[in-house]
Amino acid sequence: MKNQKSIISNLFTLGIVTSAIFLSSGCGGGGSNAGGDGKILIQNAGSDTMVNLAQAWSEKYATIEPTVSVEVAGGGSGTGVAALINGTTDIANCSRSMKESEVEKAKTNGGKDPKEYIMGFDALAVYVHKDNPMESITIQQLAAIYGEKGEVTKWSQLGIEAPGGKDEIIRLSRQSNSGTYAYFREAILGKDGDFKLGSRDLHGSKDVVETVASTESAIGYSGMGYATDHVKMLKVAKKEGADAYAPSVENTLSKAYPIARPLFMYTLGEPEGAVKAYMDWCLGPDGQKIVEESGYVANPTD
Amino acid sequence: MRKSLTTRQIVAEWIIENLIRLCGISAILFVFGIFFFVFREGAPLLFGEGGFDLIKFLTSPEWYPSSNSNPRYGILALILGTASVSCLAVLISVPFGLGAAIFISEFCGPKLKEGLKIVIELLAAIPSVVWGFIGLTLMKGIIESVFGVPFGLTVLNGAIILALMCLPIIVSISEDALRAVPDSYREAAQGLGATRWQLIYRVLLPAAKNGLLAAVLLGVGRAVGETMAVLMATGHAVNIPIDGTPPYFHALDSVRTLTATIAAELGETAQGSPHYRVLFLIGIFLFCITFTINLVADLVVRGIRKE
Repeated sequence: MKNQKSIISNLFTLGIVTSAIFLSSGCGGGGSNAGGDGKILIQNAGSDTMVNLAQAWSEKYATIEPTVSVEVAGGGSGTGVAALINGTTDIANCSRSMKESEVEKAKTNGGKDPKEYIMGFDALAVYVHKDNPMESITIQQLAAIYGEKGEVTKWSQLGIEAPGGKDEIIRLSRQSNSGTYAYFREAILGKDGDFKLGSRDLHGSKDVVETVASTESAIGYSGMGYATDHVKMLKVAKKEGADAYAPSVENTLSKAYPIARPLFMYTLGEPEGAVKAYMDWCLGPDGQKIVEESGYVANPTD
Repeated sequence: MRKSLTTRQIVAEWIIENLIRLCGISAILFVFGIFFFVFREGAPLLFGEGGFDLIKFLTSPEWYPSSNSNPRYGILALILGTASVSCLAVLISVPFGLGAAIFISEFCGPKLKEGLKIVIELLAAIPSVVWGFIGLTLMKGIIESVFGVPFGLTVLNGAIILALMCLPIIVSISEDALRAVPDSYREAAQGLGATRWQLIYRVLLPAAKNGLLAAVLLGVGRAVGETMAVLMATGHAVNIPIDGTPPYFHALDSVRTLTATIAAELGETAQGSPHYRVLFLIGIFLFCITFTINLVADLVVRGIRKE
């Protein structure tokens, strides 16, 4: 009797082990492969700005299409594109457009042209501490604060009395593989501009906002979706004397807000099967509603 | 009773012997393999690829690896960042470490001794990312309120965190060195009427000096190589904390270290690009520093054994 019991339990263990092996081998094959239980896995990696949005899409999609599971990873736009080129992800999230050199690499490595989708828009907000009296800023002032040749290092140079009496401007920036970093540099300093050395380079969109919230004399840039009650978003003017606009949905769509950018997704070649269905859903009304809920601006053409 | 070995046993014996030999040699193979790999990726620059200038690399403070118009690779600010954080960390941890080692080996009772040793070893078991969290959240606020600086992720913050991380190494190696001093030395000193302080200062510390030096050097090696905690605690800003105005060394500035730069930027770079090669060159540079430190520490320890 005892012996029989142990045989049954052994069989049971064996069953679990085999099904586990079967499952894991089935899921490893990427977007178009069906697994042992019929679940399809889509790999999605890239932009840190878009990671919350991508996660929201993935969670919602799991309730609509339970047979498909979308695995989302961050790491930065550059990381996502590198993964697309190396074939380790099906969809790359990117908060800048792909560089020509990257497109070339994708072609030679994967044999297909990367296909670009505009998933929505993000206004890049300039954040200061909530007690900072500043209300608006011009692109020139930002260039003077952040640019290599900029002279501004103190709040008093901008005519601002910083909270807590700390006059030094604490510049927050991002690590250099961030799409936000590349876009902000180009928007503020032009294509060939460089940032001034000595900025505190943080590792995520959320880090920037949190550090601004806890540092009275800081200034930082990050996606407008990351705004909290503890920070203030400045209005931005194209130049001295021009009207300053807040980072809002209307101002982004009307292009009045000067530092807004499209958010991209890339696939290698024309997407097929589950990946195509997922992309269509993200671009459709349900997906675009999530874009708005995540604090970004939906793409009006779709 | 004893039988001669069967063929099977001889074969098994041979296999096991060689397997163990392989395990022993593998450590050497891995070290050389890693050195070869890092060197291969970084070396083309050293042989003049892309007009690379080694002097400029080591002496320019301009680190603009991802510039569109004019990429510049100067690591002076990063070297000084690593040096300042490590030196300050050692300055903090050596007095504490030596003090703790002297207390454990000479003053406390056996029960307290066991307890202290366990707790200090526990300190070594805390993952570096957790140390980084402490720097990022707790220490940042403390430094901001104590020193009144606007931003608390500084050289001092990183150095305190690193000092705590080096402490277990310094304490346990120093304690070994002190314990290795023969009891006859202690007895002789006490017999001559030395006080406890005289015993430690005049007899034990000179007798154990090589071991203590090795402990400090290994602590330095740890400090130079540490990545995650300093990445989080030092503010990650390309900035030289030394200048011509008093107090000349600014412990409350943010800096960026060599290791943190590699960790933050390697993921993004395209394989074979100048930026990628430069990061590997930094790796070679770090490897040389820690190799030298470990070698010196090893020679110093060997010095003790001979005596």
